[in-house]
Amino acid sequence: MSFDLILRVAGIGLLVGIFAIILSEAGKKEQAQMVTIAGVVVVLYMVVQGISDLFVLVKSVFKLY
Amino acid sequence: MEIAQVIGLAIIVTVIGAVLKQIKPEMALQLSILAGVAIFLLVMDKIRLVVELLQKLADQANVSSYYLFIVLKIVGVAYLAEFGCQICKDAGENALAVKVELAAKIFVVILAIPIIVAIMESMMKLLA
Repeated sequence: MSFDLILRVAGIGLLVGIFAIILSEAGKKEQAQMVTIAGVVVVLYMVVQGISDLFVLVKSVFKLY
Repeated sequence: MEIAQVIGLAIIVTVIGAVLKQIKPEMALQLSILAGVAIFLLVMDKIRLVVELLQKLADQANVSSYYLFIVLKIVGVAYLAEFGCQICKDAGENALAVKVELAAKIFVVILAIPIIVAIMESMMKLLA
């Protein structure tokens, strides 16, 4: 999971940033905001999945039930 | 040489994060959280080996695995709390980080109650 997920997040972040800049330069502030929010939500979904993986593993290693 | 893997990952994430922080700070934060998760996952497999070794040693020394599991649970709680606390601190939410630490301390004390009771009981036995 580790490395390509991180690169994916970095790529999404850069793309969203560039799209937001282009859209706001073109005078579409609302769409730029939407793109930013959508990007954050998508990335948050991945981050939450990663954290849940981590928690499950920690629970099984340290026998935290 | 898995340490090289970890260091490489951290350096790459640091560089990308420095770029990302200028255009999208919220994405940079999430990237660093994910990097932390990845490194923890990498380390966790090693920790599992250490825990298994400890369990074996405890079995050989006839230490009740009940107490060993309590100690392990405390280590796990402290570990997770540290993780969450550092994420909050990274995002500048120092107050939230302190609260996470407080909650972790309370949970640790609650987990440690059986050990404290056992120590008290053995002391009573010695004194009586």
